[in-house]
Amino acid sequence: MQELDYPFDSRVVRRKKLSLKRKLLEQEGLMDKKIAVLGGSTTAEIKDMLELFLLNEGIRPSFFESEYAQYWQDAVFGNEELKALKPDIIFIHTTSRNISEYPELSDPEEEISRKLDRERERFQRMWDQLSQDYSCPIIQNNFEYPPFRLLGNLEAADPHGRVNFISRLNACFAEYARHHSSFYLNDINYQAAEYGLDRWHDLSVWYLYKYALSLEAIPFLAFQVSNIIKSIFGRNKKALALDLDNTLWGGVVGDDGPENLELGPETGLGEAYLEFQAYLKELSKCGILLTVISKNDEENALAGLSHPQMVLKSKDFISVTANWEPKSENLKKTAQSLNLLPESFVFVDDNPAEREIVRQQVSGAGIPELSHVEGYIAALDRAGYFEATTLSGDDLKRSEMYRENAKRAELQASFSDYGEYLASLEMKAEIKPFSPVYMARIAQLTNKSNQFNLTTRRYTEEEIRMASAEKDTVTLYGALADRFGDNGVVSVVIAREEGEALRIILWLMSCRVLKRGMEDAMMDELVRIAVKRGKVRLIGEYIPTQKNRMVKDFYPGMGFVQTAGAEDGSAEYELTGLSGYEKKNRFIRVNEGA
Amino acid sequence: MERQEIYARLKEVFADVFDREVELHDETTASDVEGWDSLRHIMLISAVEEEFEIKFDMKAVRELKNVGAMVDVISEMAAP
Repeated sequence: MQELDYPFDSRVVRRKKLSLKRKLLEQEGLMDKKIAVLGGSTTAEIKDMLELFLLNEGIRPSFFESEYAQYWQDAVFGNEELKALKPDIIFIHTTSRNISEYPELSDPEEEISRKLDRERERFQRMWDQLSQDYSCPIIQNNFEYPPFRLLGNLEAADPHGRVNFISRLNACFAEYARHHSSFYLNDINYQAAEYGLDRWHDLSVWYLYKYALSLEAIPFLAFQVSNIIKSIFGRNKKALALDLDNTLWGGVVGDDGPENLELGPETGLGEAYLEFQAYLKELSKCGILLTVISKNDEENALAGLSHPQMVLKSKDFISVTANWEPKSENLKKTAQSLNLLPESFVFVDDNPAEREIVRQQVSGAGIPELSHVEGYIAALDRAGYFEATTLSGDDLKRSEMYRENAKRAELQASFSDYGEYLASLEMKAEIKPFSPVYMARIAQLTNKSNQFNLTTRRYTEEEIRMASAEKDTVTLYGALADRFGDNGVVSVVIAREEGEALRIILWLMSCRVLKRGMEDAMMDELVRIAVKRGKVRLIGEYIPTQKNRMVKDFYPGMGFVQTAGAEDGSAEYELTGLSGYEKKNRFIRVNEGA
Repeated sequence: MERQEIYARLKEVFADVFDREVELHDETTASDVEGWDSLRHIMLISAVEEEFEIKFDMKAVRELKNVGAMVDVISEMAAP
């Protein structure tokens, strides 16, 4: 919804929150999540704003909200209502108003360090207790700088200064976050700086209503928290579709010629395009795929792309499309060729008319408002499209994997028989029960996979860990490598014993490895384990969503027989005769490595 | 600013904040309007401030006993 897309108008968002919420609730396919807001100050409006921004990301939250400033008590001494909710996410909204002991001017340095330790331990006790009781991701504010500085600039250096104390405390929080997965810092210290400390603080709403930040800043804070949450639940964007003329360089290559493009350190504008490209290059290193969609003759586009000053080289782009078709169509085609959904793209184009077409034709795509090149980086950076909550090895390698896929496609074209092609890939898979090193990736896959996903059940890392520890549960991850490279973990299956049967409650696969026979190898392994556990049949479920039509007939294709079906399209299937099961996998060597 | 103009703009603010039309008179107080609780009151005050580009000081906030009082304060503070 445009009112809620960055940069939103805080006044409009707050004033019209009821009607915005009403409209957002009309969307289909919302993902339900339970969120506990534990506050050290008033949180009512923060909760309402968080709700709007989450709805805008397709997440429908239900809330638990602490009584005023009861965050620590609710966490450490327990709260029945909170326990009953079983939150999926806990957000702890504390601010520098909640620091219990600041240094006194007369304190010796050791006493200040002790105060720091006590404060850290107080929070840490709460976090440890919460993770033990709820096993869910925790989002914790760090501390913003105070509105006043008794010692002025000395506060930064002198340990008695609150500015210094807060900086040290923030470093402690960051240290904890670094060593605890599923613990995320919401960096209000940066947010307040970005917003402007004087606009962030509003003492009258503190005195009157105990809001620890200005009402005007609340949507901004809530937006940041919603970005972290949607990232945890796999709702980040995955790719950029980039325009060329006046987006990656100044000028129009077809009219001006590549030699006259504004790109390079010689001019201010040229410098700005360079820096924008450098930012995009860094994004691609984080695993964001770069593609080009340009209205140009291909020849001209390529001439521009090989400009000697380009920071982005042709190998940085997964695909380059230059023609005169509508950009919305090209975007859909690019998405399809990469097995991504069009809404996973951020469309970067300086031309408002092109943005409008894509806005109308590709619902859900990210479309930053670009007006002048010096604002391009901010428009991408501040919108939180790619909010990183973890940096998994897989993320960092993603572009590489897509490039390998392009090579596979080339190879495929050289074979007339698909089986021969698969054989030539020399695929090797590792299909084993969940193991600790892969928990983060497995949880990420359950949240990101939409298309090849039979039940679309989402799991947090803790839930994955718990599932793998249960005796009546079979868990399998599948990692696939071939002569072109390693795809990492691409398939996840969870099944639970049910009498003489094994019920498959989760079956998903990354679209990166479609049509490679990986699902056959997974099924073989699952059947082997089922038989070993003395089971005689498998039960499979299909729960339709707007995105998983691709696997509607997955179980029949695997030889299952339908046993139940409902009006909404969901269905249940059975595979019997497991003892006489014939292996399906022909092209992948499984578990032959160490 | 004329009271009539203030009323017209106030009605729009109320309609947004309550997501429906609200009857407003000088004597209207929070207890006359369904959903006008203390939390909604905070949002209402700030929406009014932003509509008229004014900022009530803390003392003024306390004196906003009814809609008429609010109109009085706005007419004093808002630019014509």
